[in-house]
Amino acid sequence: MAEHTEKVPTVVADGVDIVYRVNGTGAGRGSATAALNRILRRGKAEKAAGVRTVHAVRNVSFVAYRGEAIGLIGTNGSGKSTLLKAVAGLLPVERGRIFTDGQPSLLGVNAALMNDLTGERNVHLGGLAMGMSREQVKERYQEIVDFSGINEKGDFITLPMRTYSSGMAARLRFSIAAAKDHDVLLIDEALATGDRSFQKRSEARIRELRKRAGTVFLVSHNNKSIRDTCERVLWLERGELRMDGPTDEVLKEYEAFTGDKASKPKPKPRTAAPVPS
Amino acid sequence: MTQALHTPPRTAGAPPGTDLAALAARHGLSVSGARPTLPQYVRQLWARRHFITAFSTAKLTAQYSQAKLGQVWQVLTPLLNAAVYYLIFGKLMGTSRGVPDFVPFLVTGVFVWTFTQSSIMAGTRAISGHLGLVRALHFPRAALPISFCLQQLQQLLFSMAALVVILLCFGVPVAASWLLALPALVLQFAFNAGVSLVVARMGARTPDIAQLMPFLLRTWMYASGVMFSISHIMSRHTDAPSWLTSVLQANPAAVYIDLMRFALIDSFQGSQLPPHVWALAAGWALLAGAGGFIYFWKAEETYGRG
Repeated sequence: MAEHTEKVPTVVADGVDIVYRVNGTGAGRGSATAALNRILRRGKAEKAAGVRTVHAVRNVSFVAYRGEAIGLIGTNGSGKSTLLKAVAGLLPVERGRIFTDGQPSLLGVNAALMNDLTGERNVHLGGLAMGMSREQVKERYQEIVDFSGINEKGDFITLPMRTYSSGMAARLRFSIAAAKDHDVLLIDEALATGDRSFQKRSEARIRELRKRAGTVFLVSHNNKSIRDTCERVLWLERGELRMDGPTDEVLKEYEAFTGDKASKPKPKPRTAAPVPS
Repeated sequence: MTQALHTPPRTAGAPPGTDLAALAARHGLSVSGARPTLPQYVRQLWARRHFITAFSTAKLTAQYSQAKLGQVWQVLTPLLNAAVYYLIFGKLMGTSRGVPDFVPFLVTGVFVWTFTQSSIMAGTRAISGHLGLVRALHFPRAALPISFCLQQLQQLLFSMAALVVILLCFGVPVAASWLLALPALVLQFAFNAGVSLVVARMGARTPDIAQLMPFLLRTWMYASGVMFSISHIMSRHTDAPSWLTSVLQANPAAVYIDLMRFALIDSFQGSQLPPHVWALAAGWALLAGAGGFIYFWKAEETYGRG
């Protein structure tokens, strides 16, 4: 591999496998005994004891460099979000390793917010959850509220979030998440929220974030927003990396693949031989 | 500038792993999601202290936000609990015999015990019940169980306000010894947080712990003299060995409950406390607090696997 000084890697994935384990999907026969089995023979006979393993990502390797915006595409359940979470260090990998420059952050605070609290308190809570200091949150507060446009139709920010329409809630969540600057930014289909005017605002915000971030990863099913934002695309299918290359090339193949899937048999993957699970 | 950079097409299918690891090492990249060292971990946790407090307060407020009476339930719930125990243990079973100031005695016991009990229950689900949060944001995971203990501490402070009213109603005089409640609470909080961290790790791996825990906790409650006086009961059973009383009184829940009673109720004498009670209280707090923290930290990188 020819490595030049001008290309600085920010994320290196080295043969990454990610496996989910799901308890209690007992193979039909007496799940109580299966559960006992599971406890007694932990690790040895996981399959027999009713633990299903879901091999979400298989042997994926890539190197992302500073200044790149990389799109992740693939059909539903192909492991895009899972891979993103592993890059962020939120999901442990089963095999292989992921090296990163600094702490990549996932754009998303949904899980930290509480529907029973007012929008105002959620802005504070979400900001703190993302690792901002109290002062930073206070400083950015007005900016976040203005950006979300929640108060355009009256004083909604002081109402509990459960009273918001789904579009309003999504806008507030995005506004909170986008308030922080990141080194390596991971975006999981955040561009499709809100009405048209909010989408325009959020695309502009993403470009702004990209300027400041070293590397941006974007998961999306919207090929247009991938084209607009990314110059390189990783295509994941069934957890395997099928293609990695310039946006146009990969998207062309991908559109052919999704366009007439039924008539065409699955083309031979270009990846190395799949790892047996 | 980013737009101008053209990335040459690369075929998928990785070159052998050693090259990539070497490349990462050369540029000083670190393994994503690796466990920080213990001092680093403590520093990270300290940096998130505002999140911990904000999260616990938010949880507390959200709890009753849909109820008509709202935050009044913060005080009403512990009072109703105490009333039920008074009805059963005070009136029906007569454990109040020989215990002066039985109502303050009982209510103090119930409130202090509830603090430990709900902290541990919240701890069992701290990780397994918040996988969404763990998988979405990066923060030291110990923030969750500690935050839930803090929520219970705030809950207890509400209860203590109600307790003060009860104490005054039953003619317990205000005394300087009430100040002793503070160190007792601090020690109990450290103990609770430690145990929560332990059960949080266990619950993260085996969610079944959450089903088992109520039974363990109930057994522990009946052994801790929450609604009766251990020394009174044991003096009635003269055939019981004397070490049994000492063991019962040295159990951490009993220690913290009796300390609080000693602090607040004037008729509860120091002679009813086990010997070296403050040393016991501090020892339990240190053992559970430090031990639980280290035990939890040891598995930091595995939380979120599910």
